[in-house]
Amino acid sequence: MKYQIIRAGESRSFPQPHPFIDQASERAEIVVILGAHAGDALQKLPDRKTGAAILVELGMENLGVHAGERRAEEGSNVLGFARFRLGTADPTNLVELVRQPRTDEAALSAARGIFEAAGLQVAVCGDFTGRILDRLVRPYYNAALRRLDEGLASADDLDATLRLGLGYPEGPIQLLERTGLAHHCEIAEALFEAYGDAAYAPARRARVARSSRKRG
Amino acid sequence: MSARIRTVGVAGCGTMGAGIAIVAARAGFRTLIYDSRDDAIVRARKQTEGFLAKSVERGKLAQAAVADILSNLQGSTDIGTMADCDIVIEAVFEDLVVKHGLFSRLNEVCPPHTIFASNTSTLSITEIAAGSQRDDRFVGMHFCLPAQLMKLVEMSPGIKTSDAIFQTAWGFCKAMGQVPVKTLDSPGFILNYFLVPFNNDAIRLVEAGVAAPAEIDRAVKSGLGYPMGPLELLDLVGLDTHLLVAEALYAATHEPRAAVPALVKRMIAAGHLGRKTGQGFYAYQGNAMFGG
Repeated sequence: MKYQIIRAGESRSFPQPHPFIDQASERAEIVVILGAHAGDALQKLPDRKTGAAILVELGMENLGVHAGERRAEEGSNVLGFARFRLGTADPTNLVELVRQPRTDEAALSAARGIFEAAGLQVAVCGDFTGRILDRLVRPYYNAALRRLDEGLASADDLDATLRLGLGYPEGPIQLLERTGLAHHCEIAEALFEAYGDAAYAPARRARVARSSRKRG
Repeated sequence: MSARIRTVGVAGCGTMGAGIAIVAARAGFRTLIYDSRDDAIVRARKQTEGFLAKSVERGKLAQAAVADILSNLQGSTDIGTMADCDIVIEAVFEDLVVKHGLFSRLNEVCPPHTIFASNTSTLSITEIAAGSQRDDRFVGMHFCLPAQLMKLVEMSPGIKTSDAIFQTAWGFCKAMGQVPVKTLDSPGFILNYFLVPFNNDAIRLVEAGVAAPAEIDRAVKSGLGYPMGPLELLDLVGLDTHLLVAEALYAATHEPRAAVPALVKRMIAAGHLGRKTGQGFYAYQGNAMFGG
């Protein structure tokens, strides 16, 4: 299925050239809105009900902010998406595709199809803050930073254990140093605000990194 | 008193103990296996022969080396054979009373210089050592499953472990070709401390309707680069095993993420243990997995 792209600000999901961008058409049944202001652009679309699907790039906000909600019966041809990306690292190959309870199944299928056709992997999730991966990794990263403070093991030994013992490509400390402790702090804080669960509260080292960054 | 290790004892030859024995024998150490059950020793021998044959088939081991490795290995139901050992690695049931009983008997049998090591993944090294009457010569050596393929060993000193003994055990671990990491004597050490809550969090995503197991596993493998998704790993390990390990970790730490989600007990009650029962988060027929 063909899709057209509308740009609405800088996109964290597609900051660089990518086959998904290259394969877009001028006009198509599927509309993909990229960028930090994708939600605003959605509101300005002349007719949201026609068309096979409308895909809105999300930040940390819920899809429901842009698509509306009604007593867990919400859903239409509008879906949200974000390509998973840690801090300043390149976006990964994974797109988290966000649906609502009564999202149109044909729209969902079409959305999945266009991402997969561009070589991306798609994981569908409900409209929950943090989607799948941020909800999973942020408590783990916080725990790693906290245990480093507590002297459980050295940073090298912590990283080596997770790499060798579980086959992770990178240990948590090295990964956070590479992708940005301050960014981790921001995401963790957003999750803590959404859920109130202490597991999401940013670890001390992350808060220090963000404060240091603010100080310049 | 020489701290050099020449003869290695492995007490308990279930899957883990048999694997540890392979690691030691393969590295050239005379390796004596003790288990109270004759059938366990026979099974361990068969497991070893099978593993070595596969290693030759895959080009990882020369055929000529197999006989040497097997000649390094001897099994017995007589605990008295452990008297020859410079180090004994325990790999029995994860129960403090059982381990204390074993180490108490080993203490009577083994000469004073023998180092004791525990492969525990859930219990405290200090607490196990307290039942050995030689807690200054006691270390934690937690191998990963399968030990003969996984290089990592988490090593922990107990409160009374002497630095010299820890260094000797560390050197021995490296001489076996393993990669030791040092960790505090803390519940779950490193691996289980992080893995168990992470897996619980993945189960919570399923429980809360955030995403289906296949979507979560795909996200983890594509987005994080992990070799396995958490739900398929749980199916492989078995939800009953996960429950045991998680309950032990929660009992020791009282950390909320270590608490097993309610869905786990419901699945176990329904017989959905994972691969071993043909149904877990996925359905299994033979080697094929469905629901992915």
